[in-house]
Amino acid sequence: MAERSPLWAIFVLPALLIAVAVVTAGFDAALAAGARNGRRGSLREAAVRAAEPGREVLRLLVQQPRRTRASDVPLARTGAALLPVAAVLAAVVLPLGFRSVSDLPEGIVWFNAMEALAWAAVWLAGWGPNSTLSLIGGYRFLAQGLAYELPHMLAITTAALGAESLRVGDVVEAQAGVWFAVWMPAAFGIYLLSAMAMAFWGPFDQPAGHDIAGGAASELSGADRVLFLGGRWLLLVVAASFSVPLFLGGGHGPLLPGWAWTVLKTAAVLAFLVWVRRRVPTLRMDRYLELAWVVLTPLAIVQALVVAVVVLNR
Amino acid sequence: MDVAIFWAPAVLAVVSGAMVFRFDSMARATFSLLTSLLCVGGLVVLLGLDYLGIVIVLMMTIEMAIMAVFMVMYMMNPAGFMPMTMMHNKKGAAVVCVLLFLLLSAGILLAPWPARRGKAPADPTMELGMSLMGPQMLTMMTLGMALFATIVATVVLATRRGRYDRLGDDLRARRADDPVRGGVGR
Repeated sequence: MAERSPLWAIFVLPALLIAVAVVTAGFDAALAAGARNGRRGSLREAAVRAAEPGREVLRLLVQQPRRTRASDVPLARTGAALLPVAAVLAAVVLPLGFRSVSDLPEGIVWFNAMEALAWAAVWLAGWGPNSTLSLIGGYRFLAQGLAYELPHMLAITTAALGAESLRVGDVVEAQAGVWFAVWMPAAFGIYLLSAMAMAFWGPFDQPAGHDIAGGAASELSGADRVLFLGGRWLLLVVAASFSVPLFLGGGHGPLLPGWAWTVLKTAAVLAFLVWVRRRVPTLRMDRYLELAWVVLTPLAIVQALVVAVVVLNR
Repeated sequence: MDVAIFWAPAVLAVVSGAMVFRFDSMARATFSLLTSLLCVGGLVVLLGLDYLGIVIVLMMTIEMAIMAVFMVMYMMNPAGFMPMTMMHNKKGAAVVCVLLFLLLSAGILLAPWPARRGKAPADPTMELGMSLMGPQMLTMMTLGMALFATIVATVVLATRRGRYDRLGDDLRARRADDPVRGGVGR
């Protein structure tokens, strides 16, 4: 079981998440610039490009806010602000090494409930501005959510089943020997897919696609836009980091201390997700929908069955 | 402290529940109802039933998001962008809700509540699962499968296109003829 962490951890957690998100966004920006120019720049160039997201945030913060006609301002604002809040709340059960801010007995359900709030947030941000393109983005996200949520729930339930506990600390403890990713590869793969879908990232970025001018975020400006797009990065970071305690053994590893292993594994997963976005084109949602229902959901159920049989025979 | 933690979500739950009848926009009404239900989830957590409370938050959020889609999809004005009120018996519904609220509150205040016997279990989630499922696991599994079969059967009966449309009169077509291309195996 994870140890209790001190009270100041509550304040450190958001700062830490934001720092990781900024580094990831910088890494992505450097990669994007490299891809645009068709060559790898020098180290100095890369550093300048990596600072791009930071400059963009400053630009947006001083930007004149833009308002659409007859927009529902409270709803749009709530949506934009709810996204980062949901991400941080989900991260409360994330252990760094063997310590989390709050190791709830139902941590896994908590995580899932908080990411469900992100559904509501994206829809609100898309609906609020009274604009067609952002509305389409919001609806696309819900369609995507329906397709990924069921396999996603089954995947994280499988990890809980393997540890016979809903407490994230227990799930990490159960992986002291073999990582869950080794004997639940299908659940791990499905989790990574849905982690990208949750942050409408990579092949699942249709809700914020170029074909609808940025979708759910298209009408947001100024601080609202910073909150929404920043919240999306936070969601990606949190979803990626949660795969570490669930499937990659959390802080377990030789030589290094627990927190270092968590950081290393999280960085590896994040780098993988950023790389995937560069390699795989955007998926049309109706195609993924069929895959999710016809292939991924039965696969997740079979995986859960296998784990259940193993656990019962232990 | 506990008292404040109780009253804040309790008052918010009642107020946002009442606002459902006041808002003139479908989206606002939906999310006002969601706020109310989230507060109820919080109150259930406060009662010590963490699992139930968190599950309420999870289920209600997803449910309301899906409901927003369906409501707006089937509404007379495009995507619910125009202001509108709920036309069907708004006053009657509000009266029924207020009466029910008063009745339940009166019940809470007037009922002779028994004193607690024994002490709270160490793991309420486990106890809840045992008391819900324990001896009736087989019943629950059968019921679950029956419900699922009902859903599938309803969808099959409701779709206009059947397997003969998809796979030809002798069901021998090599690939299904679907209106939407893509997906598995195509």
